Amino acid sequence: MATIELQQVEKKFGEAYAVKPMNLTIHDGEFVVLLGPSGCGKTTTLRMISGLETVTDGRILFDGRDVTWLHPSDRDIAFVFQFFALYSHMTARQNIAFPLQAQGESRAVIEQRVNEVARMLRIEHILGQRPGALSGGDQQRVALARALVRRPAAFLMDEPLGALDADFRESMRAEIKQLHIAQHATTIYVTHDQIEAMAMGDRIVVMSDAVVQQIGTPAEVYHNPANLFVARFIGSPGMNLVRGRLADGVIHLPGGNAYPVPEAWLPALQQAVGREGEVIVGFRPEAADIVDDGPLAGRVYAEDLYGGYTMLHLELETDEIIHVRTNRQLILPIDSTARFALDPAMVRFFHPQTEAAIHQEARP
Amino acid sequence: MSALPQPNPTSSSSQRARRQISDRTILHLFIWPTLILLILINIFPLFYSLYLSFTNYSVISNKPPEWVGFANFIRMLNSEEMWSYFALTGRYALLSVGLQTGIGFGLALLLREKFKASGFLTTLILIPMMLSPVVVGLFWKLIFNPAYGIFNYLIGFTNPAVAPDWLAQPDLALFAIVIVDVWMWTPFVMLLCLSGLSAIPDYLYEAAAIDRASSWFQFWRITLPQVAPLLLIAVLFRTIEAFKAFDVVMGLTGGGPGTATNTVAIEIYRQAFLGQFRTGRASALAYIVLIIIIAVSNLYIRQINRAREG
Repeated sequence: MATIELQQVEKKFGEAYAVKPMNLTIHDGEFVVLLGPSGCGKTTTLRMISGLETVTDGRILFDGRDVTWLHPSDRDIAFVFQFFALYSHMTARQNIAFPLQAQGESRAVIEQRVNEVARMLRIEHILGQRPGALSGGDQQRVALARALVRRPAAFLMDEPLGALDADFRESMRAEIKQLHIAQHATTIYVTHDQIEAMAMGDRIVVMSDAVVQQIGTPAEVYHNPANLFVARFIGSPGMNLVRGRLADGVIHLPGGNAYPVPEAWLPALQQAVGREGEVIVGFRPEAADIVDDGPLAGRVYAEDLYGGYTMLHLELETDEIIHVRTNRQLILPIDSTARFALDPAMVRFFHPQTEAAIHQEARP
Repeated sequence: MSALPQPNPTSSSSQRARRQISDRTILHLFIWPTLILLILINIFPLFYSLYLSFTNYSVISNKPPEWVGFANFIRMLNSEEMWSYFALTGRYALLSVGLQTGIGFGLALLLREKFKASGFLTTLILIPMMLSPVVVGLFWKLIFNPAYGIFNYLIGFTNPAVAPDWLAQPDLALFAIVIVDVWMWTPFVMLLCLSGLSAIPDYLYEAAAIDRASSWFQFWRITLPQVAPLLLIAVLFRTIEAFKAFDVVMGLTGGGPGTATNTVAIEIYRQAFLGQFRTGRASALAYIVLIIIIAVSNLYIRQINRAREG
């Protein structure tokens, strides 16, 4: 298993950056998810780590060894492709055996290792079939088996569940996570699905526009997004972000709402935007509580019933809609006014120009 | 619509006339000329020659065909000459298809990598295939000419006095024809291989690189099996054509010197249109060739299907 380090790694296609210089250290046995919308550079980053794509500048280290210019086959990694990339003219067994045969392993070793991996992934019954005859889930299991069979130093996975049906996706997600726990192998996993990222990652690297926006644990990126992009991208729906104006320790929000800033936040806010200035208030849907004497109010615009909970859409003023997660018993008539309070521990503030999060303790 | 003024009475009347021809009529107008032509020059001769192959008919005699049963076939199959022509045709087919396959696949592998002007080069390479065989025969005759042909010069014989006469020497003539056929039809094999190669997705090679397969291993385990179905189709087409080799051979040597390049197709022609015009025997021979081609094709097709499945 391996520690993977990216030092100022960048990729340019022509003049355009696919990945701006980034630093990242992935610890031995860690499951890191590269998350971002399509075209953000996450797949390019993964391909650079694998060696399928060359870097424009920077260094890639595996366990301290510089592999920047090594061929993929010399990096001791396995890659799981989004569209499986199985050899269509070979049976599942032959596909899984391929990396071992390429290395010139003996017949007996190959037989034993293939069977072992097949048992682990529960695909013994399909070993004789060709990829074309298999379901998407089984094809991806075969691809996983092919990756596992060589016992590489690291697993790189490029949206391995992206081509699967929704039902499959959830169970495969659990299977991959289970495999990672069992193997304890360094894994880098690319996805655009933030739920997948939250569910699987030890750490998440959020990327957008070729830039790393935040690196953190799922809880960190969820509760303490580094900027507006991460706040919006993580969570469904994303964080509520309402533009307001700070004056006299109160933030004036749309719809005539006034939000008294929690004591602990005031110095940091005033340092960031001045005694008076614009600020963006962010809070997750579950950070708001519908209470009769809540300091804030909005008009009930719509209600989504999810069974376990209800998502209220509240309109503070025209086109300024926030989401509030409520108890499933609570039913408010449309167009009625709902009052709510915010959990002070779960409110975040962002700078309107830099879009960066404002931190409670001013950092050096 | 009817309320609209109709400024040009002639156009409206022609419209009416056109409307009188129904779709079905148009359909018949298109199909029947083609069908009649096909029946006259393909279907009818096919069955008529089958009938003639069991007769002693000759087109220049004024006698009607007389039924002789399998006599023509027995005669052909018992003739040592005939067997030597078949052997010759087989040797020719093996050599020329073998070389075309090897060179064509090799060229395809080279042209698969895109480089500057690779498209233009591909087009250039395809030219021989587009030429008429008669033209090819004529100008290769000039190229092979021992006195002023460029071929000998290119392979190093600068003195015409000692240079080989490719088309006149019995031991060389067959190779000369093989060379021309390879020159003309290698591009065809290349073209099919090229389309087969370009259909192999890049990710298979990426996966193979990750799986630590060497280039050699990738070639044998991915490129070749993936391209095999198309390669075999190219070989099938070329083999069928080789068994029917006539036009270029006729243009270059006419089967000579002696019988050195007397392929079966040339022999059919000789039987049918030279000397006694033995139409019946020629038909029998043609049917023997047809049966051989069908048999060989079936063997290939079985292989192609096997390559597709596994």
